[in-house]
Amino acid sequence: MAFAGFSGTAKVQGAPVKSSRIVLALLLPGMLYLAMFFMIPLVSLLITSLETPAASGAYGAYDYAVDFSSYQRVVTSYFPQIMRSFGYAFLSTVFALVIAYPLAYFIGVRLRSRPLLQKLTLTLVTAPFFISFLLRTIAWKQILSDDSPTLNFLRSLHLLAPDQYFLGTPFAVVWGLTYNFIPFMVLPLYGVLERLDLRLIEAAGDLYASPFSVFRRVTLPLTMPGIISGTLLTFIPITGDYVNASRDFLGSSSTSMIGNMVQADFLQNSDYPAASALSAVLMAVILLIVVFYVKRTGTEDLL
Amino acid sequence: MKEFVPAGADLELRGIRKEFPGFTAIEDLDLHIPAGEFFALLGPSGCGKTTTLRIIAGLEEPTRGQVLIGGQDVTYTKPHERPVNTVFQSYALFPHMTILENVAFGLRQRKIADPLGKARDALNLVELGYAAERRPQQLSGGQQQRVALARALVNRPSLLLLDEPLGALDLKLRRQMQIELKAIQMEVGLTFLHVTHDQEEAMDMADTVAVMNKGRIEQMGAPESLYERPKTSFVAKFLGQSNIFVGEIAEQSANSISINVAGNKISVPTARAEKTSGKIAIGVRPEKAEFHREQPAASAERNILGPGTIKDIRFTGVSNQYLIEIPNIGDIIVFAQNVGISPVIELGEKVWVSFKIEHAFGLADLPAGDED
Amino acid sequence: MKQLKLGKLVLPVYSLIALAYLLIPIVYTIFFSFNDSTGRTNTTWQGFTLDKWLHVCERPGICEAVGNSLFIGIVSTLVATVLGTAIAIALVRYRFKARSLVSLSLFLPMATPEVVMGAGLASLFFNVGAGYGYTTIILAHVMFCLSFVVVTVKARVQTLDPVLEEAGRDLYASPTAVFWKITFPLLLPGIMSAALLAFALSFDDFIITYFNAGPVNTFPLLIYIAAAKGVPAEANVIASAVFLLAILTVIGTQVGSSIRHKRLMAIK
Repeated sequence: MAFAGFSGTAKVQGAPVKSSRIVLALLLPGMLYLAMFFMIPLVSLLITSLETPAASGAYGAYDYAVDFSSYQRVVTSYFPQIMRSFGYAFLSTVFALVIAYPLAYFIGVRLRSRPLLQKLTLTLVTAPFFISFLLRTIAWKQILSDDSPTLNFLRSLHLLAPDQYFLGTPFAVVWGLTYNFIPFMVLPLYGVLERLDLRLIEAAGDLYASPFSVFRRVTLPLTMPGIISGTLLTFIPITGDYVNASRDFLGSSSTSMIGNMVQADFLQNSDYPAASALSAVLMAVILLIVVFYVKRTGTEDLL
Repeated sequence: MKEFVPAGADLELRGIRKEFPGFTAIEDLDLHIPAGEFFALLGPSGCGKTTTLRIIAGLEEPTRGQVLIGGQDVTYTKPHERPVNTVFQSYALFPHMTILENVAFGLRQRKIADPLGKARDALNLVELGYAAERRPQQLSGGQQQRVALARALVNRPSLLLLDEPLGALDLKLRRQMQIELKAIQMEVGLTFLHVTHDQEEAMDMADTVAVMNKGRIEQMGAPESLYERPKTSFVAKFLGQSNIFVGEIAEQSANSISINVAGNKISVPTARAEKTSGKIAIGVRPEKAEFHREQPAASAERNILGPGTIKDIRFTGVSNQYLIEIPNIGDIIVFAQNVGISPVIELGEKVWVSFKIEHAFGLADLPAGDED
Repeated sequence: MKQLKLGKLVLPVYSLIALAYLLIPIVYTIFFSFNDSTGRTNTTWQGFTLDKWLHVCERPGICEAVGNSLFIGIVSTLVATVLGTAIAIALVRYRFKARSLVSLSLFLPMATPEVVMGAGLASLFFNVGAGYGYTTIILAHVMFCLSFVVVTVKARVQTLDPVLEEAGRDLYASPTAVFWKITFPLLLPGIMSAALLAFALSFDDFIITYFNAGPVNTFPLLIYIAAAKGVPAEANVIASAVFLLAILTVIGTQVGSSIRHKRLMAIK
């Protein structure tokens, strides 16, 4: 999906061969691995989420049970974080889409006549991937810190009140999230825009459509698969992110998200059931979204 | 590695049937191609000719039947063990190798001595020796086709399969390649099986042509015999054009059979009739027919139809093609060679059509739509 | 007329600004790797120096962490690439009934948030009694790299015309020879892309590693832990070095292949 941007040449149709022994040999190692280290951990999460504090009363010890109390606790006390996570994810996704689309259009459509420049620009867009994502976030933290030249400059322009600051606010978190996920949005968009048949745009113009009309009725529908891919690849990871929102980076305790709570419960409070329950809730919502998407478009174009 | 027969071998297909989920590509195919012959398998898209080729090459297995090459049953032999080579429609040159390495590939796989030297010879044969170090992407379509040919020929296969190899070339180049292919085949003495939907190409190059339709061979023989005496309505209409008349047999004698179509008597020599009872179809090629401004006198040697009117005239350079409408019969096509006198006739003029009885052919079946 | 011309400029100008925005933190990070910072903080500019670049390993723990990240990256890449390439070939070239299930199972890890995967794997290892360390990290990394390898290689396999392999078989190559002489060389660019992608993902991974690392320190872990008190300039040095190496390699390959392609097409 996201990496459709990397497949430059057209697909070739070939008659698939039916040969069950070879297929098994090719698929089995990888799929077994997936089963062991993806499926089973999810199951393990579920089991842990249903555990109950140990009879022995020891700290961090739990017994197997079918105890839904963790879910109750998690949904009620972490409700703000849950809402915030989806809220930030929604905002960041929208901003990322708005920023990424014109950029992808420029690279995928306008630069078609200069393939080398096109590839280089795309590399620049993905350049953030090559540098540690923690450091990129820290860079913003320092550029936008309370006493930074940037903020002082904005204050001198009266765009910010003297005591207004950026870090620790929802704005900072959304800013960071948007920034970190723009490449995830650009790549699938580039993938569809690069293949957009420009003759269709020309034909629409020839049929008296204004540029805005052309965009709304030709370009937009044709690039919708890329928009949906990009949205999924951006929205879903953001809901689980906790680096941007954490106190050490761009957030504060008032901007904590689901991820922060899972991390805190799992690694600091040893409240494994709560952490697992929260993860399960998040995973359930995501599965709903994915199922809805798959029902609409089928599984062939997933990968 | 087995030693391959260094000369053409004959090919035999016995009762080949190929089923795919949902449809049958080949119904029941019997074929024998003698060694050293240039054989053309002709048919429209989807008739099963490419599938037949793939079965012979070993890239597909038949559901039933046998494939014998040089007398040996190779039905279940793997492609890399058969003395067969294919020139693919898309050439299938390996993009990551030079032309020379492409041509030498088969030799290397068979561990034959001096693969590069032999490859160079093959490239010289197709006049591409100078391009040996280039990549396929740097060559034009015609050059790639010649490399594909060299790559197959260098292995001296007993049987060379050509899958519409000239399809992507422009007319002039195609004509040139047809001449070259035929020359190479005759010089080297290999058995060629050429699959195509281009009837002119088939008739021009082949010693024997088989017309294939819906998984079966409808008729097989020398190009002239197929053309002058088609036996089924499919062959009559696929190979060139035909005028076909349908009717119940009205008269029958030792020499000829006649039908009555809208008051006109149409006869065919008994020796040229496939079906001799009931309702039959008689056909004639357009170039064998003439039209007349006045009603011709009745003749024992000619079939006369009419009157009708000229409905359409087309000028194709070499000839004029006339479409004549005769009431209750339909449209008749007549080709007249362009001998420098034009215009000969105007649209709407009243004419009669005649042709020699000995040029008529009787079909084994009726055209679609005219069956009982 | 003038309006048309200005209109044409909007998109390029916007793109330039957007690209600059994307590159700001990178430039900042590289810039601050030259900062003559004392102690552990690296927040204010104190002067230009090459010191940190030249003596990067003197900062305790950094080179060890980088070494761990490299080791883990290489092993994970190897395993994920082999497993993933096999799956990609199966998905494109073969027909089988469980196709939808396989596609979905490969898609889900890409759609699962890292917290969920990290917590899940950690709880699995915990329940099974396995100790956290190199093995658990590598197992986790192969896990999330697998799907990306499949996607990348699959795209390449789809551009490979099966008729080339048929031509190979027709030219006396056994199935093994066909794979090694034809299929593999043509797939290699895709496999290399996939391997690079897997390595990048593994090297930079934080969240999943954090849950499963135990005593092992990787480069991202080091940065995270240092973030609270102050990330030393040496970390910037490493990150900048990796960035420059990566981007120069990519740009170099692109420019190189473009030149080669032009040269090839010039001879006809």
